[in-house]
Amino acid sequence: MAQEQSYYVPEQSKWPIIATVGLGLTLYGVGAILVNAKQGESTTLSWLVFFAGALVMAYMLFGWFGSVIREGQAGLYSDQMDRSFRWGMSWFIFSEVMFFAAFFGALFYVRVFAVPWLGGEGDKGAANMLWEGFQATWPLVNNPNPEAYPGPKEIIGPWGLPLINTILLVSSSFTITVAHHALKAGKRQKLKLWLCATIVLGVAFLTLQAEEYMHAYHELDLTLQSGIYGSTFFMLTGFHGAHVTLGTLMLIVMFLRIQKGHFTGDNHFGFEASSWYWHFVDVVWLCLFVFVYII
Amino acid sequence: MSAVADTHSQEHHHGPASGITRWLFTTNHKDIGTMYLIFSFTMFLLGGSMAMVIRAELFQPGLQIVQPEFFNQMTTMHGLIMVFGAVMPAFVGLANWMLPLMIGAPDMALPRMNNWSFWLLPCAFLILVSTLFMQGGAPNFGWTFYAPLSTTYGPPSTTFFIFAIHIMGISSIMGAINVIATILNLRAPGMTLMKMPLFVWTWLITAFLLIAVMPVLAGVVTMMLMDIHFGTSFFDASGGGDPVLFQHVFWFFGHPEVYIMILPAFGAISHIVSAFSRKPLFGYASMVYAVGAIALLSFVVWAHHMFTVGVPLTGQLFFMYATMLIAVPTGVKVFNWVTTMFRGSLTFEAPMLFAVAFIVLFTIGGFSGLMLAIAPADFQYHDTYFVVAHFHYVLVPGAIFGIFASAYFWLPKWTGHMYDETLAKTHFWLSFVGMNLAFFPMHFLGLAGMPRRIPDYALQFADFNMVSSIGAFLFGATQILFLFIVVKCVRGGEPAPAKPWEGAEGLEWTVPSPAPYHTFSTPPKVE
Repeated sequence: MAQEQSYYVPEQSKWPIIATVGLGLTLYGVGAILVNAKQGESTTLSWLVFFAGALVMAYMLFGWFGSVIREGQAGLYSDQMDRSFRWGMSWFIFSEVMFFAAFFGALFYVRVFAVPWLGGEGDKGAANMLWEGFQATWPLVNNPNPEAYPGPKEIIGPWGLPLINTILLVSSSFTITVAHHALKAGKRQKLKLWLCATIVLGVAFLTLQAEEYMHAYHELDLTLQSGIYGSTFFMLTGFHGAHVTLGTLMLIVMFLRIQKGHFTGDNHFGFEASSWYWHFVDVVWLCLFVFVYII
Repeated sequence: MSAVADTHSQEHHHGPASGITRWLFTTNHKDIGTMYLIFSFTMFLLGGSMAMVIRAELFQPGLQIVQPEFFNQMTTMHGLIMVFGAVMPAFVGLANWMLPLMIGAPDMALPRMNNWSFWLLPCAFLILVSTLFMQGGAPNFGWTFYAPLSTTYGPPSTTFFIFAIHIMGISSIMGAINVIATILNLRAPGMTLMKMPLFVWTWLITAFLLIAVMPVLAGVVTMMLMDIHFGTSFFDASGGGDPVLFQHVFWFFGHPEVYIMILPAFGAISHIVSAFSRKPLFGYASMVYAVGAIALLSFVVWAHHMFTVGVPLTGQLFFMYATMLIAVPTGVKVFNWVTTMFRGSLTFEAPMLFAVAFIVLFTIGGFSGLMLAIAPADFQYHDTYFVVAHFHYVLVPGAIFGIFASAYFWLPKWTGHMYDETLAKTHFWLSFVGMNLAFFPMHFLGLAGMPRRIPDYALQFADFNMVSSIGAFLFGATQILFLFIVVKCVRGGEPAPAKPWEGAEGLEWTVPSPAPYHTFSTPPKVE
């Protein structure tokens, strides 16, 4: 509830409109690249639009976050403002949870209903007449129509790289918590050390994930095109990987800010938000590990 | 921006910047609310003109005006523009204007993000509308864009449609985050949750729904994009996927979405009915719980849109009963509105006319919804004009009349002038007659078996279709009158007092009309 006498309402800002132009150009560019490539037309201009948009986005991100950081450093933000940021970040993470929920929901639906039905089991087993003789298995290695979607030779077992990756990410959740406690206690060296360790763990995770993708594509024929197993596998792990990348970038920015002397023991929302986000990608990974790799 | 230090001390003491930059760079909730409302009305006219094309083609059997391909683009774009461009932004505009005024806040919680939420919308719709001029035409698969119609068989412009949806989604999510942060964090001291005006409550719950389902919409269009361009088989059974999966994910978004379009209207109608009955709202707490119940139930009813697609019997039963359960909290709301009017000192100014029509006609739409919820009966109604009649009865006299009622109710606060009551009443009656003429015959057409989304039909449907088209033209033309009334009201008129409605309650009536550029720089005390 409001107790403060005034709430910081920023002056007019050019960033939202710049962000709109940037996002619009970027996505229009991506769309044009895809459509033109599919129709066999030149994509040069589309790439230019995309890069122009990406540049504008980069400029906007530096500028917008920069001004928010400056305002924060200037002490313009009250406790109430801080709570607005906290609500904002929490609900943003909730929206991300729902985004992943859509893909997990697709995975569960396919495994529990669609594939067994195609195999002739269950309520709508009549679907088996589409491809008679199709056997429902999971992981689905032999697709109903192997000519359209040649299945993978093999899939990735959980106890190799994925297990190592699990250990890496879970440890990184611990290291960031240690860093957070160090920040609260004002131990800057310890903070830098443990934050650095978190970033290293994040980068190591991403490297191994890239390694796993290479292995899947080059040796196992497990690709986006190899039927529903490959589709769900790459979409879930791929979007997760993109989120780890974003989280790592956030942590790197936090590290740079700490180097510049930002944040105090009781005022460090930027750091906290990044660590919330980091815990979120960790939890998503645990769900992935269980539902995509193990079960 | 960069000069933050010197702007801080005096930020509340000046008016708007001049010129175009006022609108491009603004962080003011009233400016942003105004832009949302103008944008929404523009889209309403654009989507409406597409409806006119549809009704002109259906005026008589046979193909007269447009080709079937273009007709399909019109139905698709009409739906998308009305849902995402007209109704949703209108409510966000009302939220921007009214939430801070109703809870005694100086502005929205995150003002710059607020402006970004708005400006993304024109950007998204520029992309969406531009698909009309692309090779292969605009999306033509209906606003529900079912796979594989939209993936395997969609036009090339589908890709741009997907990115337009992404941008709208980002806009909606940021807008909703802003609404929640504002309501939870910026209420005036003393305004506990259960003292909040109902419009604030309904928007809080709507914002929760938005944050929960817009990402799911983003997920489903992303799967489409992958199926179209990257060879995945989410919606292709030959790779082990399932086209029905599309419908499940889409309607998991789609059903809460229809409540997103009606809950804020519930809130506004509650204020208006109470104000013009000169009585406090009957059953405030039950209203709050009813909206909460409707919102929660909205997550477990989605497959009632899919009864004919091949859902297991247990699934059909579950979704049928869950859907019918929604009638209970909705009934509570209708009961409370009627009881609020009971023995009140009623007057029927334009907002009240729209509100009463809302209660009656929305209830008709609700009842036809109950009919559709009955799984065995739905096999007959599915994809007929009965469905079109049903959702137009909840969206036009529901969402749109709710918006008109709100606009007339709060126009004096926004502009400082009273609108022209005679013209507004004319607007109401013409809309009322036009809308019923347009949509009521559709019930009969649907029950007689006329399928939706077709440019031509059998001869026995001719009479009702002609009546329907005449009603649609009347309704469409009448909306130009609304534009005239609003422009007239902005430009002048009888000066409005701070509280132009005798029975109105709430903080928004404690500030002068027009509301100053900055209000509640210091939070007011409630009670």
